[in-house]
Amino acid sequence: MALTLFRGLRSNCFRSYPPSLCITRKHGVLHCSMSSSAQGQTATQEKQHAQLKDVPKREPSKKLEEVLKHYEAVIGIETHVQLATLTKAFCSCPYNYGAQPNTSVCPICMGLPGALPVLNSKVIESAVKVGLALNCKLSLSSKFDRKQYFYPDLPKGYQISQFDIPIAADGYVDIDLPIEFGGGHRKFGITRVHMEEDAGKLLHTGNGNFSQVDLNRAGVPLLEIVSEPDMRTGVEAAEYAAEIQRLVRYLGVSNGNMQEGSLRCDVNISVRPIGQVEFGTKVEIKNLNSFSSVSRAIDFEILRQVRHIDEGQAEKIVLETRLWEEGAQKTVTMRKKEGLADYRYFPEPDLPEVNLSEEYVNEIRNSLPELPETKRRRFENMGLSMQDVLFLANDVNVAAFFDATIASGADVKLAANWIMGDIAAYMKNEKLSVNEIKLTPQELGELIASIKGGTISGKIGKEILFELMAKGGTVKGLIKEKDLVQITDLSEIEKIVDRVLAENPKQLEQYRGGKTKLQGFFAGQIMKETKGKANPGILNKILLEKLNAKA
Amino acid sequence: MLSSAQTPRFLRSTTATATTSLKCLHTSPIATSAAIPPPPPSQILTTRKSLLSRQTSAVDLAKSFLHRLRRSEPQLSSFLYVSPDETVLKQAEDLDKKIKNNEAVGPLAGVLVGVKDNICTHDMPSTAGSKLLENYRPPYDATAVRKLRESGAIVVGKTNLDEFGMGSTTEGSAYQVTANPWDLTRVPGGSSGGSAAAVSARQCMVALGSDTGGSVRQPASFCGVVGLKPTYGRVSRYGLVAYASSLDVIGCFGSSVADAGILLQAISGHDNFDATSSKQEIFDYASQFISIDDMESKPLQGLKVGVIRETLEDGVDSEVISSIRNAVSHLEDLGCTASEVSLPSFSLGLPAYYILASCESSSNLSRYDGVRYGNQVFGDELSSLYGDSRAQGFGSEVKMRILMGTYALSAGYYDAYYKRAQQVRTIIRKSFKDALDKYDILISPAAPSVAYKIGEKKNDPLAMYAGDIMTVNVNLAGLPALVLPCGFVEGGPAGLPVGFQMIGAAFNEEKLLKIGHIFEQTLQGCSFIPPLVADEAT
Repeated sequence: MALTLFRGLRSNCFRSYPPSLCITRKHGVLHCSMSSSAQGQTATQEKQHAQLKDVPKREPSKKLEEVLKHYEAVIGIETHVQLATLTKAFCSCPYNYGAQPNTSVCPICMGLPGALPVLNSKVIESAVKVGLALNCKLSLSSKFDRKQYFYPDLPKGYQISQFDIPIAADGYVDIDLPIEFGGGHRKFGITRVHMEEDAGKLLHTGNGNFSQVDLNRAGVPLLEIVSEPDMRTGVEAAEYAAEIQRLVRYLGVSNGNMQEGSLRCDVNISVRPIGQVEFGTKVEIKNLNSFSSVSRAIDFEILRQVRHIDEGQAEKIVLETRLWEEGAQKTVTMRKKEGLADYRYFPEPDLPEVNLSEEYVNEIRNSLPELPETKRRRFENMGLSMQDVLFLANDVNVAAFFDATIASGADVKLAANWIMGDIAAYMKNEKLSVNEIKLTPQELGELIASIKGGTISGKIGKEILFELMAKGGTVKGLIKEKDLVQITDLSEIEKIVDRVLAENPKQLEQYRGGKTKLQGFFAGQIMKETKGKANPGILNKILLEKLNAKA
Repeated sequence: MLSSAQTPRFLRSTTATATTSLKCLHTSPIATSAAIPPPPPSQILTTRKSLLSRQTSAVDLAKSFLHRLRRSEPQLSSFLYVSPDETVLKQAEDLDKKIKNNEAVGPLAGVLVGVKDNICTHDMPSTAGSKLLENYRPPYDATAVRKLRESGAIVVGKTNLDEFGMGSTTEGSAYQVTANPWDLTRVPGGSSGGSAAAVSARQCMVALGSDTGGSVRQPASFCGVVGLKPTYGRVSRYGLVAYASSLDVIGCFGSSVADAGILLQAISGHDNFDATSSKQEIFDYASQFISIDDMESKPLQGLKVGVIRETLEDGVDSEVISSIRNAVSHLEDLGCTASEVSLPSFSLGLPAYYILASCESSSNLSRYDGVRYGNQVFGDELSSLYGDSRAQGFGSEVKMRILMGTYALSAGYYDAYYKRAQQVRTIIRKSFKDALDKYDILISPAAPSVAYKIGEKKNDPLAMYAGDIMTVNVNLAGLPALVLPCGFVEGGPAGLPVGFQMIGAAFNEEKLLKIGHIFEQTLQGCSFIPPLVADEAT
């Protein structure tokens, strides 16, 4: 019913962000169908892959290093975090990324005449969580405001946002830079966190003749997190963004997925000669879909801005929004900002003030999970290397897996190695998250104990591990089922060694004739006999003794 | 005590008699040809009684209203849309069946309601009087309409209004000009002029209007009907096409105080779809409407009435002032003590109102961009699509208010206009609060004049805005107010009704209804049925 109210926007000259749209009307025709690329439905709670660091593993270019000897960049980031609430911010429509266009809309999020917003209380809860996690001061009394501008994806002609009294402000975030970039601890200021609603999406058809409006996303709750201009390099900026992602995932308020747009970073960057106090002209960069694009776009922009200054053409750096083009690896002008946009903010009369009680805030404060920074410090204190710490604390589920493994009594370092090694590799290959593999932390602990205690060899341990990850089961069960207990009995191994030597007199002669490389052959034969169960240390010791006995 | 220096010309006060009644005489042939008319009955209660006792059927009742509606509509043009007869009669038939089967029927069973066209109805167009929303049909019913239907009411049609509620004459409708049933050459007031005219001419029993700055009360006064503006938050705004969100309320029209009160009862209450709707308890208003036979000789003994001095000064027609003073005398006869009260901030209300209402409307009307619904004008560029759709869709008054509001909210002007107006609003709110701590109700005219000629103020917006002086303060303060007819002024074929306004404390509608009902039932000699339908209306 509501859908038939929709009609398409048509544009003759489509560019990625068209300055103008030509719009035609067809009575009664539904223009909101998706173009050929029908997307499958994906739940909001998409798989969170245990990501290995998304930060570029490349060395900064020589050119950039040279430039940074004389200039510094001043970088601030505005992050939009889409909240994973069951329903939108001001109506009861669910939001599912990738759903058919205009299938999750109602009079309220479509901005129909007479419809009114009613705030979803989960939005406030999420904002308070994030505000506290970012060490902000909370406004116990805040309000919503209307930010007014016209665009076809904005159904009401204004966005419900927060203007002069954000729900949280004046915070900071602690990060640890990746070791490959020299490591180090940083503290970046958080200017503010405020609640607002998302806009819809424009879909531009292949031939560029017209554009269509999809309002599924309209009214989805967002938190806008604005940093202080405290960052100086692309790596710092990328790590800041990664920490925000970790935080919202730790808190469970968002899936933080950049590809789906659940986490969007807009970077503000200017450069200035080292020692200069005044900021240079800042440029905003949009369309950054990964942490590495954040980092690379900044590197590109530093070089571009410095080049203009070096060429005596600083005036070419203008207040503008630039778009990162992933394919071309460069930024291009999207729109110039001629003067400040006047959004004519005023208090949203349809919504009452947002008042938080101390009890409410304390309740949330007490229910916060351990946050990434605390976790990293705790892991560090366990004696883990920073490399290990950063890996294990990166993903909340991996960290929980690690903690549970330790809790089952496993050795810290061994547990870390297993998780970061074979388990991480398996998850990456199979594209599974740590919650999706069948291995439990208790069994990993058991596995580590079994190897340490000599019940099984490391090699067998690895085999069992893959079995546990793929099919589940218990270490004890598998050892029993497959008869994998390690042979450590000296006389038994001696017997097998004797037998193997006796069965291969030719090779024994060659060995004793000086071809000592054949030790490997004998070891292999013995392992074959014992199906790999012979304790390698004992085996080699006895084998060497026997091989060299008559020499 | 009020001085009554002026001699009322059409309203004579009979001093203190045991009957505590006031003769309301005028020289029109209608009044003189009739015997002393009875006090207005509650059409809703009468209907209910006769339906449940099988004296009449809902179908017969609906037919008689439809007949009168169709006969008078060519002269009045109060409706933008009238439901087809069969649709109305079908609902009436269903009710009759229920009654026949002794099934329970709602409190508004068989009541024919007119709904202002800025209130959404899923089965009828809802244009808000704008070309931009021509033929627009919402996919949902406004909460107030839903509640009406659930109470058994039959929505008979959508009434005319000034575009988006912006105006005081209903001349601002993009579709038609509604005439005042008392004098077809005069305006019915606005913006709910269609609803007021329809109730006045008995085209429907009761009607919904909306009141942002007086849009229920001023047309009620002009058309001689009862108009009730509830406390802000008492009635859900969900489905009311927003003009100025912090001021808008849905209000009630009836031919008696009881009808307006019973209608309010049906639509009141918290709504999960309106965050500004109140959870305050709703009084059983019907219990206030005692029969005149059961009234004591001084039924309002002990009540304190404050007459707002600033509303009886220059700029207000002397005949209106006389009528109000006589109404106050009548209240005194009923046992009230009346005195003048000064609200020095009163005159600040008008500019503050026009700034705030314009600011909010400039924002609320942003959604009419021609993209999703409403009339769209094709454009080669996005900006021309927006510009042309809005330029051709909106009328001049709406454009003017959008421009004023946009200007007042612009960077650099916000503090001087919007913020200042909000400060004034706080002062006004406080001055009303203080006055209502001392007095049970406050009294003023509903408008500075009676209904004026069509076209008279059309090209003089400032004169028209000035006409809202009596009502806007109440919206700024968010208070409930009841307007009821209290007399006549010479003009038209049978005189022109004058309404007076009673303002109460927030969420205390029952006090207004109680006083209003007693006032109305004891006001003798007045019949507020316009000559147009006087011969046939019951």
